[in-house]
Amino acid sequence: MPEKLIIIGSGPAGHTAAIYAARAELKPLMFEGSTPGGQLMLTTEVENWPGFPNGMMGPEMMDLFKKQSERFGTRILSENVTEVDFTASPFVVKTSTASYSSEAVIVSTGATAMWLGVPGEKEYGGRGVSACATCDGFFFKNKKIVVVGGGDSAMEESNFLTRFAETVTVIVRKDELKASKIMQERARNNPKISFVWNSEVKEIVGDGTRVSGVKIFNNKTNETTDFATDGVFVAIGHKPNTELFAGKLELDKAGYIVVRPGSTITNVEGVFAAGDVADHYYKQAITAAGTGCMAAIDAERWLASKE
Amino acid sequence: MLELTSANFDASVLASSDLVLVDFWAPWCGPCKLMAPVMEELAGELTEVVFAKVNVDDHSDIAQRYNILSIPTFLIFKGGQVVDQFSGSMTKDALRAKIEKHS
Ligand SMILES: Cc1cc2nc3c(=O)[nH]c(=O)nc-3n(C[C@H](O)[C@H](O)[C@H](O)COP(=O)(O)OP(=O)(O)OC[C@H]3O[C@@H](n4cnc5c(N)ncnc54)[C@H](O)[C@@H]3O)c2cc1C
Repeated sequence: MPEKLIIIGSGPAGHTAAIYAARAELKPLMFEGSTPGGQLMLTTEVENWPGFPNGMMGPEMMDLFKKQSERFGTRILSENVTEVDFTASPFVVKTSTASYSSEAVIVSTGATAMWLGVPGEKEYGGRGVSACATCDGFFFKNKKIVVVGGGDSAMEESNFLTRFAETVTVIVRKDELKASKIMQERARNNPKISFVWNSEVKEIVGDGTRVSGVKIFNNKTNETTDFATDGVFVAIGHKPNTELFAGKLELDKAGYIVVRPGSTITNVEGVFAAGDVADHYYKQAITAAGTGCMAAIDAERWLASKE
Repeated sequence: MLELTSANFDASVLASSDLVLVDFWAPWCGPCKLMAPVMEELAGELTEVVFAKVNVDDHSDIAQRYNILSIPTFLIFKGGQVVDQFSGSMTKDALRAKIEKHS
């Protein structure tokens, strides 16, 4: 017997879809993937989730999401989906150890932090190169840190890192920040934070065991300079987790799943997409949860229409 | 799960004849929290491997000794030598595969 509904991903979108689908008696089966709880597991305080005027810790919030999914009967597997076949009904969803089939699928695989892709980055991963300030900032007490990026997450990481670091230098590709007003303000007013404009990190160098500096290219003067640093935190944005769906679902140029406007319906009937994986614009926990709810309702109606 | 301290680390890890997986973690680290149940479950399944963890808040000296700059970081020890090191959260199967490579 195929499942009625498989949900791929366990971020705010996946869990909200699961809560709605489970309450609608669809007995959803969820694959958590390698980041159970999704991106909010990597942050500290979430201040803009309505209903919590004093904020809430991201990991704690996702724990509660999971409990609520389970309360209504969602079955959760701690596995990655490695392959899907959407060409025939029921759809096939595979992990490295087993194969499952389902009448409907909700894709909520979210997004992952992008890396720079420069020499030294991989080599010094976990040895001074990081994409998680809340995890690794602790190891840089009284050290010099570089943050790469000019958006909200770069500002947030920079501010957070000043709790530990002696100085935080933000390397920005343009001569302005993409970050929201409030986040810019906070960073600019922080005495430990300084900015290097029109600049790109071209290489990360080290002594073999840990990072010692970066090579910075100024795209206005075309000059490359050496900059000494103990740590490099990369915050240049996210890319949607859709490698799995290339050639199987319609994706836009940037790799996001294309949904019918105002819905979560993809180009394959019975497959729905919710959260950051189909959203290159809002990218918030609350919008992910909102579209997760929509996906569950879209799936429920579609399943009912087939009967 | 073996709780490692500055006092028992050498005896429990370096002097062990078994394969030892050491998880460097802290209570404030989200991805570390993700790995706690994974470690517990694998410890129940791979009984010939010693599963141990170091709270880097309490034992920063051990973290420093192994140049830990990111958590969670996992070290695999065989005969007292580090034979593998990797960072970040992963699924149970992925962690199992990493361990089994060395057993
Ligand atoms: C540091 C940081 C701070 C943030 N702070 C805020 C904030 O304060 N407020 C706010 O509203 N938003 C914040 N965001 C954004 C918010 O986290 C995202 O918009 C939201 O998490 C998107 O939810 P999602 O469910 O679409 O995807 P994600 O949270 O990205 O979850 C994706 C899920 O899919 C799973 N997955 C991926 N591939 C597979 C696969 N092959 N098989 C199975 N599962 C898979 C992953 O394991 C994960 O569980 C922050 C993001 C970051 C990185």
